[in-house]
Amino acid sequence: MDELKLYTYIAVFGSFGVYFAIAWFARAKSTSDFYVAGGGITPIQNGMAIGADWMSAASFISMAGLIAFLGYGGSVFLMGWTGGYVLLAMLLAPYMRKHGKFTVPEFIYDRYYSKTARIVAVMCLIIASLTYIIGQMKGVGVAFSRFLEVEYDHGIYYGMAVVWVYAVLGGMKGITYTQIAQYCVLIFAYTIPAVFISLQLTGNPIPQLGLGSTLADGSGVYLLDKLDLVVTDLGFKEYTTDNLGGTLNMFAYTLSLMIGTAGLPHVIMRFFTVPSVKAARASAGYALVFIALLYTVAPAVGAMARFNLINTIIPSVGENLEYSERPQWFKDWEKTGLLKFEDKNGDGKIQYVADPKINEMVKVDRDIMVLANPAIANLPNWVIALVAAGGLAAALSTAAGLLLAISSSISHDLMKGVFKPDLSEKDELMAGRVVMTVSIIVAGYLGLNPPGFAAGTVALAFGLAASSIFPALMMGIFSKKMSGQAAVCGMVSGIGITMLYVFQHKGIMFIPGTSFLGGMRPNWFFDISPNAFGAVGAMVNFAVAFIVSKQTGPAPEHIQRMVENFRIPKSSGFAHNH
Amino acid sequence: MENNNSYWRENLRLILICLTIWFVVSYGFGLLLVEQLNVIRIGGYKLGFWFAQQGSIYTFVGLIFWYSAQMNKLDKKYDVEES
Repeated sequence: MDELKLYTYIAVFGSFGVYFAIAWFARAKSTSDFYVAGGGITPIQNGMAIGADWMSAASFISMAGLIAFLGYGGSVFLMGWTGGYVLLAMLLAPYMRKHGKFTVPEFIYDRYYSKTARIVAVMCLIIASLTYIIGQMKGVGVAFSRFLEVEYDHGIYYGMAVVWVYAVLGGMKGITYTQIAQYCVLIFAYTIPAVFISLQLTGNPIPQLGLGSTLADGSGVYLLDKLDLVVTDLGFKEYTTDNLGGTLNMFAYTLSLMIGTAGLPHVIMRFFTVPSVKAARASAGYALVFIALLYTVAPAVGAMARFNLINTIIPSVGENLEYSERPQWFKDWEKTGLLKFEDKNGDGKIQYVADPKINEMVKVDRDIMVLANPAIANLPNWVIALVAAGGLAAALSTAAGLLLAISSSISHDLMKGVFKPDLSEKDELMAGRVVMTVSIIVAGYLGLNPPGFAAGTVALAFGLAASSIFPALMMGIFSKKMSGQAAVCGMVSGIGITMLYVFQHKGIMFIPGTSFLGGMRPNWFFDISPNAFGAVGAMVNFAVAFIVSKQTGPAPEHIQRMVENFRIPKSSGFAHNH
Repeated sequence: MENNNSYWRENLRLILICLTIWFVVSYGFGLLLVEQLNVIRIGGYKLGFWFAQQGSIYTFVGLIFWYSAQMNKLDKKYDVEES
């Protein structure tokens, strides 16, 4: 066994051992432990747990890769996935914590006094969370297949087994403490290679500053200027100004991700675990600090990865790398099929340019950039092993949080709340675990079939949450007269129109060739791409709800009093006291 | 009751201030005005690009803590703190 493989096994299995041990010691004993960790998590702990819960395979593995190839256009992910916390901290979290229930649909049921609203909320939640989980499974599959050198399919099976053990056993309590450990693993795994690379390229160990510094080669040229020059020479668009589908599309995309972030139930649920309203506000702040540690490093990782990749292939102008002399990481990633070379002009050298007719790097999967980055920069093997463990921590912690959101909404909201109110606590806990197991199997299956499904899913999950859950919650808090029927109509039309737009583009359930209403040009609605459409869906949701509420009249008096009550922090109890 | 209403109005005012800043740094500086700001540079960063990939995130963090601190004061002022 070579050194890299040994280190990888130690890092991956060592970290797994820690997670299992934590899950065992903090295992859930009651439904309150299982859903909200007994309501006794401190804001800093909760902030870290939210950080790990939030930062998924998409943040850890995909985002810097996207930025590397999109340049300035990648900013939508940076702003979108952080700006949502401002909305959460001010518009949702404190009031929902004050109301003090276990789940998001339960809040919607109380506020909109309607079982229909609760069922619709559960449906929206399951659709959004399940699409998101599939993306995580893909991340786990990629990471396992590369570092343990197993098939992608097997990588997913291993991932399913690991999540099952600690999520089903630990519940929210186990998951929270495991996520704190996972946050530490993933943040070290992300920043250590970034510090090394920043130091190599610019001499500045802080990546956030390194990105704005001059190159260490003594030329005095700024890194970003050099990168702009190099990519435009190859025919790509300028790195620092490359726009993603126009300003309006970037605007809508950012807005979708922001309100989607604030509407994702697995994140909102975390605010039910803190002891007070004050702690809920502070949690959002700490969460964003821990998230920002990774998110402000990501642009540096992206830009430097692009820079190093080009420099490896084209060490100096006109002197392209001989294919036979390609480095080891190049060969390793070729094996996974995520990196492909095709010698089009037969000269044995690698051509890497924007023009697809001449370009010989026929496939450079964006998802490999973060994982391959340390190897491209010739960093020591233990750093590469650490990145593997970090990627898995990110994917697994998010998958666990999502599974909890799904299982609580089914066992607590549908079974106990709607169909079988006399369910005992012990049976509910059991039901929660059974639902979690089924969700893992469904998510694993959808991670494999249909093959194109996983790729399109993560951004879609945000669009769905943005267009359904966020508007209903916000109106429930800020408009005390909003009626139940209006909220239901709003949610259904918001998520409905978003799904229509996406499926019309990409096929029903992403199966190519099944797109109905064919013949429309892509992004026909004001050039807005399907992934950015959640913002439009949310506007539709708000508009429909306001129009319908004019017809139905205001919510009953006791509901309005309830809203007035959760707007002020006084007399807040623990979630499990209700 | 009147007490709670003025508490809520002051809260709404704070939220409005915060969300205005939130909008200006991200959608304003990072997207709509990016070309104009890119003329200005801080080190190797064009200013608009810096807001889109760094500055907006730092501002978001600051905003949440500022809002939390203001709300804690407001809770005391209107005597609506949790017991």
